[in-house]
Amino acid sequence: MIRSTAAEMAAKLVAGEVTSVALTQAHLDRIASVDADVHAFLHVDTEGALAQAAAIDAKRAKGEKLSPLAGIPLALKDVMAQKGIPTTCGSKILEGWRPPYDSTVVANLKKNDIVILGKTNMDEFAMGSSTENSAYGPTHNPWDLTRIPGGSGGGSSAALAAFEAPLAIGTDTGGSIRQPAAVTGTVGVKPTYGGVSRFGLVAFSSSLDQAGPCARTVLDAALLHEAIAGHDPKDSTSINAPVPQVVAAAKSGDVKGMKIGVVKELNGDGYQAGVRARFEESLELLAKAGAEIVEVSAPNFEYALAAYYLIAPSECSSNLARFDAMRYGLRVGDIDGASAESVMNLTREVGFGKEVKRRIILGTYALSSGYYDAYYGSAQKVRTLITQDFTNAFTKADVLVSPTCPTTAFKIGEKANDPLAMYLNDIATIPVNMAGIGGMSLPSGLADEDGLPVGFQIMSPVMKDERMYSVGAALEAALLSKWGAPLLDKAPIMGGAK
Amino acid sequence: MSSLSRDDVAKLAGLARIEMSEAELVALSNEFTVILDAVARVQEVAGADVEATSHPLPLRNVFRTDVVVPSLTPEEALSGAPAQEEQRFRVPQILGEE
Repeated sequence: MIRSTAAEMAAKLVAGEVTSVALTQAHLDRIASVDADVHAFLHVDTEGALAQAAAIDAKRAKGEKLSPLAGIPLALKDVMAQKGIPTTCGSKILEGWRPPYDSTVVANLKKNDIVILGKTNMDEFAMGSSTENSAYGPTHNPWDLTRIPGGSGGGSSAALAAFEAPLAIGTDTGGSIRQPAAVTGTVGVKPTYGGVSRFGLVAFSSSLDQAGPCARTVLDAALLHEAIAGHDPKDSTSINAPVPQVVAAAKSGDVKGMKIGVVKELNGDGYQAGVRARFEESLELLAKAGAEIVEVSAPNFEYALAAYYLIAPSECSSNLARFDAMRYGLRVGDIDGASAESVMNLTREVGFGKEVKRRIILGTYALSSGYYDAYYGSAQKVRTLITQDFTNAFTKADVLVSPTCPTTAFKIGEKANDPLAMYLNDIATIPVNMAGIGGMSLPSGLADEDGLPVGFQIMSPVMKDERMYSVGAALEAALLSKWGAPLLDKAPIMGGAK
Repeated sequence: MSSLSRDDVAKLAGLARIEMSEAELVALSNEFTVILDAVARVQEVAGADVEATSHPLPLRNVFRTDVVVPSLTPEEALSGAPAQEEQRFRVPQILGEE
């Protein structure tokens, strides 16, 4: 039952073949049997999930009209505030904090009767590409437990790949939904910036952060996308326009006559051979499905990584100033006569991990007078150039495509002491965040040299998210008929098959 | 080549309100030499004729009608406080003695 798609589970719930309580219990059992090895979850809300499931079953029994995903369990990235449930962002500074309110994403999940199983592990404050920066220990990739599950949302992607949940929520500032999806053989979507409310999403880099759906199929991601998206008066950057029709697009999967632009700069040197082979193969399948493949150039993308590592740390140095030990979270050194400043200094020393400190200091420097124009100011100009590259490319193609990441999952610890090597993971995903457009990663197969999953990235213009779902569904269908079974069937079986 | 000395990092850590050990200051100073070289590449294309983008959306003020809506109770607002007193956040001394 736990290996079904969310759409299949939903059909069984509607047909009365299974209850939400049974489905939720099956996933809680799965978590109990495999999560000691995977460590996808930081908190499992057994009681709350079962109570929510029972209430949904009762509503269904009464014949109430329910949403398409009503009764389906979900794993929530620990960066999203959920009322009364521990929310740590993978940081010691928020250990034990229970938000007194729900984020809008959580409110939308509850409104749609989606059952929240618990909170998933992540790089501290979403800063990282491996989940190794969590203060609570790393998450392990279900394909190979010695490897990283991607990051920052490695808990959410690993939970999907280990069948601990059929749906998950992620957030993507530079690739934190798409890169974990790529390295775990799952689907992850960063919607258009402003498409999903940021209210209650603990801020890292406000002009880049975007929550989105994670799933095992394109249709499941689309169903979750429509459940969480939409205008929110509590987020002043929320787009006040109808939600793109992504479910219809995922169901049709029609790419006939569509122009698919291959971004010349996001391929080639630095990309693993097996990653490139799977990418070429996917392009052939899309051409066979009726799409026209064209090449586009985005000359300024090579500066995206540098600009990102100025803009994101700058915004983070400002956003994380709120963790001041005064109103919530950790407080250290509050002895008689200690000043507020000394308590702040000591709390932030103990409460923040290495990467968070590194980025706060870098951002503080980039924003300081005398250096502002050279660093933050220049990075903002690069942002304009990247957006222009996208605008030009979208005159030649309906969507753009690339490999999601340059490599497959690396070993835990391999890049932990080399920040620049770690940052390179996001080289193909960052441009999307800079321009605020939509991006999706879906599995395109396994790399020949290491047998690990490879991701295929699709990028669509602002509020044209349905296009990436059409292309994703077409590719997914073509690959499925080629493989004869979902890619995750090739992953090692953990905790006994059910 | 850009670089940050140990003292530069110490000053930034002070501004960012993060206590740092000597070892951390030295390690960060070494790392920043490499990181700043990498990020300084943005200057290659950031000409005077290029406009800056601070945000993907055209930001504007968003107004709503001034209607009272339910908000957190004092108990809820204080629920995560490290210390509280008389329905207020209790904080360490902020002003000097005089």
